[in-house]
Amino acid sequence: MSKKRLIQGNEACAHAALYAGCNFYAGYPITPSSEVMEILSYELPKLGRTFIQMEDEIASISAIIGAAWGGAKTLTATSGPGFSLMQEGLGYASITETPCVIVNCQRWGPSTGQPTKGAQGDVMQSIWGTHGDHAIIVVTASTVRDAFDMTVKSFNFAQQYRVPVVLLMDEVLAHMRENIDWPEPGDIEVIEAKRPADIKSYKPFANDEFLPFGQGARYHITGLAHGAEGFAVSDEAAARELKRMVGKVLDHTRELALHDRYLLDDAELAVISYGITSRPAQSAVDLLRARGVRAGLLSLKTLWPFPDFLIREVADHVDTIVVPELNMGQLVREIERAAGGRCRVIPVSRIDGHLLTPAQIAESASAPREPAIGTQGGKVVHA
Amino acid sequence: MSDNYRKFLRTSQLPHVWCPGCGDGMIVKALLEAIGELNLDQNKVAVVSGIGCSGRTPFILDFNTMHTTHGRALAFATGIKLANPELRVVAIMGDGDASAIGGNHFIHACRRNLDLTALVFNNGIYGLTGGQLAPTTPVGKRSTTSTAGSIEQPFDLVRLALGAGFVARTTSFDHKQLTSYIKRAILHKGFSFVDILTSCPTYFGRMNDVAEPYDMVHYLRDTSSPLHDCTCGESDQPKTELMPTGIFREEERADYEALYKQKIAAAGGKRSAS
Repeated sequence: MSKKRLIQGNEACAHAALYAGCNFYAGYPITPSSEVMEILSYELPKLGRTFIQMEDEIASISAIIGAAWGGAKTLTATSGPGFSLMQEGLGYASITETPCVIVNCQRWGPSTGQPTKGAQGDVMQSIWGTHGDHAIIVVTASTVRDAFDMTVKSFNFAQQYRVPVVLLMDEVLAHMRENIDWPEPGDIEVIEAKRPADIKSYKPFANDEFLPFGQGARYHITGLAHGAEGFAVSDEAAARELKRMVGKVLDHTRELALHDRYLLDDAELAVISYGITSRPAQSAVDLLRARGVRAGLLSLKTLWPFPDFLIREVADHVDTIVVPELNMGQLVREIERAAGGRCRVIPVSRIDGHLLTPAQIAESASAPREPAIGTQGGKVVHA
Repeated sequence: MSDNYRKFLRTSQLPHVWCPGCGDGMIVKALLEAIGELNLDQNKVAVVSGIGCSGRTPFILDFNTMHTTHGRALAFATGIKLANPELRVVAIMGDGDASAIGGNHFIHACRRNLDLTALVFNNGIYGLTGGQLAPTTPVGKRSTTSTAGSIEQPFDLVRLALGAGFVARTTSFDHKQLTSYIKRAILHKGFSFVDILTSCPTYFGRMNDVAEPYDMVHYLRDTSSPLHDCTCGESDQPKTELMPTGIFREEERADYEALYKQKIAAAGGKRSAS
């Protein structure tokens, strides 16, 4: 029988990072993510590992990228305003194929917005925020235990694919406490980057093998377009390298597509949700079932690469897909695209800083279509 | 003159990108001579740069090299050094790199006192983007964004580096002094900074009537002066318009890694290798 612990989402994230072998944290305080940093500021030194508070979020992400090439497993945590500043570093991490994890505890609105209100407004920024085509993995969590598991999996993905991984949490999950089964070592697999067999002939961008600085192979890292050896290339060679980098994520869409299914097998109506909204969404499915509607839930944990195949499978079997989000309609556009007209897709938005309720999601499923700002039709609901 | 710098050149990446008459090559030679004279293990040296002409330095150096983003070299270097303290980490920046877009990282790196060496290739202008105004362009000097002459007070990088334990300034023209300062900076335990005044005949020179590389070198000589000939330091007011050169500060204090080790010990831990 595993032990239980009553902990907060941010605490779960911090302890999961330690579980995954994180030995370097650099960050800048910001609500609602600061507990991740505070906990690691005293837990990492106990283990002889590194914690540093940097001067801003640009420095934080730069430091974790540097530390990754210094040989560390690295993490930073932030929220919207800090995440905006990190876009520069995310691009550098992507083009240099640096394994690193960025936790974004989403808060309401652009700019300072509402620091203590949850939201899901950073989905598109996580996927497309840095300039240029690039490789990135974006995942979410919906419960405190999920925050633990997905933090470990974020480290795994980063190591396996040599990409920056963004874990999207939100203010509610960050601060919510739940009594969770505490994972023992070995319960969750921890994956390390592949090391090259032959150090002397190591080329840093030939494949996913990762050899940090100072271990005998002297090589070059740059944010410029580069070939296998790290030196600048252009024209066709640049196109080939970009395609390879983006391909290492897109070509593994199926392996990366973590998700949960609930009562989907006979469903005529599917709710497709992610993150904190998957919780009221599951209750909404129960409400609809009690009313005799054959409803089911597809809860996405991986948002990028986008699992088109999962959406198509669902769209082939239902009449209606309902997409509840704490934004004005972001992932629903991907879902509409992937569904490709096979069924009706209804967006449900809530943007007053509170969670959608099960009743709001359930009622939206039968609501007539009405135009909503930023969506193709559907509902913006309030308290 | 010793020839022990050549083994540190990544000859596959030559020729370099710099213009004829650029001072950057002279600084690179001094850096490599310093590393050679210190007998540093080539595998344990990391050279990190930002963006700009100076940012292209690591391409031609056969160490662990990283060309990062504009202004952030010191933040990346901080990560590398803390993750692997046995690496000797040298951060190379331009003047705009270090004091405009990277000004915040620069002052905090000085304050934090991690065992890093920062070299600023200070030519008073943005070279790679075509000769625009830098935070170091002297008042009245022309650039492509100040064609009538700069009206802004420039940064004196030595004064900006108040928090650092080793602070020196010289020019790319004073080769022996430059090599010696770089050696002392690398040997200094804690954050060390050398402000290296250097020449950009292509932009600074052409915009300011010193277009010939030879004249540019003389300009460096004629606009700088050893510290003892200038009134600065205590009075904090230069007597002349000349840029003082020399060693401004050389004080040992516990560096970040040493203090962090104490923090680990106090927490009951033992420093782990990455």
